[in-house]
Amino acid sequence: MAQSPAASLTPSAPAPNAEAPARPKRTYNGPSPRTLLVTLAMVVTASVLAGVVSGSVTVLFQALITGLLTGGIYSLIAMGLTLVYGVLHIINFANGAMVALSMFLTYAAVSGLGLHPYMALLITVPAMFVLGAAVQGTLLNPIMKAPIHTQLLVTIGLALAIENLLLMIFGPTPLSVELPGDHGVSFLGASVDLSRIYAFIGALVLVALLWLVLHKTRIGTAIRSVAASPEGSRLVGIDVKLIYVLTFGLGAAATAAAGTFVSTFTTIEPTAGSVFNLTAFVVVVLGGMGNVPGALVGGLVVGLTEQLGGLIFPGQSPLLTVFVVFLIVLFAKPQGIFGRAS
Amino acid sequence: MLLEIDEVHSGYGRLEILHGVSLSVGEGEVVAVIGANGAGKSTALKTIAGELRPSKGEVRFAGKTANGLGSHRIAKQGLTLVPEHRALFGTLTVEDNLRMGAWGRRGREGFTEAEIMEIFPILGQRRTQIAETMSGGQQQMVAIARALMSAPRLLMLDEPSTGLSPMLTWDVFHAVDSIRERGVGVLIVEQNARQVLDLADRAYVLDSGSVALEGEATDLLGDSRVQDAYLGG
Repeated sequence: MAQSPAASLTPSAPAPNAEAPARPKRTYNGPSPRTLLVTLAMVVTASVLAGVVSGSVTVLFQALITGLLTGGIYSLIAMGLTLVYGVLHIINFANGAMVALSMFLTYAAVSGLGLHPYMALLITVPAMFVLGAAVQGTLLNPIMKAPIHTQLLVTIGLALAIENLLLMIFGPTPLSVELPGDHGVSFLGASVDLSRIYAFIGALVLVALLWLVLHKTRIGTAIRSVAASPEGSRLVGIDVKLIYVLTFGLGAAATAAAGTFVSTFTTIEPTAGSVFNLTAFVVVVLGGMGNVPGALVGGLVVGLTEQLGGLIFPGQSPLLTVFVVFLIVLFAKPQGIFGRAS
Repeated sequence: MLLEIDEVHSGYGRLEILHGVSLSVGEGEVVAVIGANGAGKSTALKTIAGELRPSKGEVRFAGKTANGLGSHRIAKQGLTLVPEHRALFGTLTVEDNLRMGAWGRRGREGFTEAEIMEIFPILGQRRTQIAETMSGGQQQMVAIARALMSAPRLLMLDEPSTGLSPMLTWDVFHAVDSIRERGVGVLIVEQNARQVLDLADRAYVLDSGSVALEGEATDLLGDSRVQDAYLGG
């Protein structure tokens, strides 16, 4: 130290002590390169296997493309879930219902106001941000210190309320939104709808945006601070409850964007979200609860697993492979593929 | 006085830990609180910081009552606590921890980042390291540095030497000296009674939630009751 030592402290100024850094020096918290490589190797192996079983490169290629495109959407849906879990430690069972709500809002904007489906994002994203913030501010903030099942029940209740409200307003008849000019394009023998390609690109852009907000802005750093230590956050003057409100809003906004994108190629009905709910949970757990980059990779892995599993085990539900992989990962690495053991 | 707490009762739920504690800290003054485990030292700091609400009595900071303000509002006024377990943002880099330390600074004059790096040079070399991957001593430095980034008018340290080697303890205590020179008040709770009494201007001895003794630190060092109970006779 540069300053002269205070006299009163010197009697036994100990010899310089080189305290070795106890843990490896890390400057990055995302998925480790090794984990990414192992994941990639497993995807390649599964692809080769799927290619051999199906006996057709075109079929394999179709599966890979569909898997990746669907996976991008899973990532976006899981993003809201993992963000909320990472910061608030609440498992939001209403996430799927919020996807459905956003699909209906998109339908209303397109059929009622005559908007282009993607322009509906300008309505769904802010509206769901406000709804999410309001839910946190009124329903969840008062029970943040309650046992976890209290919070679970509130989000399940919210899911039921949203689904039944949708049923009441829009009725049980399935609806759909069409993307103007949507058509299948052929890509190296595989055929894909433009709407799915746009949705994939949109999802990746939004995931990147969310990452930028969390890592490059002051408010995003505050959100990560609250996730790391609510107490430390209060002690530096951060209004933790306000951050909770913003985070739930942000999670709902990501979910809203996902809902608008999927509405262009999915049947719109009040329970449409429940299938995404289940998949998003798998993605979040695979990627490591609360891990945003993990959710991105987890989404792609689940999308690919569904499709490749369908080829390797023909005739089975694609979800079967997803859950088998899920169980194996939980067994081998309970903190998720990209979670770090704590 | 910068901080005055007057006949404060506080605790956890129905369990009262502090039974009417009064103490004060002036600007640029280092005040120590010593006492046995369970005497209420940490409870006193948490109550002042607003993490616990006093059931009776008053906490006054800079002449205004701080009773019932949330801890984040108290922090914004320049009353900063470094808790014993540090409450670092473990998954964030050192740099981000410091940046967030300035969240409630509101343009108050005080330590600049460069000055803090002078006190803790090691942090300058470790800016991009994830805080939880540092050693205990380095984490303590991040915790104090983060607190200094808020330009505190009063800094409260709860057992800053816990888990540190003698050399690092010396570093931390030395840092407290530089902090005092800047006119910042320091309220420090320590197990290590002799060392903290060497450092402090005044001290309070807490016993079972009440102030048993108070006075100039040098007087307390010479007091036979303190020597018997806390300085190993």
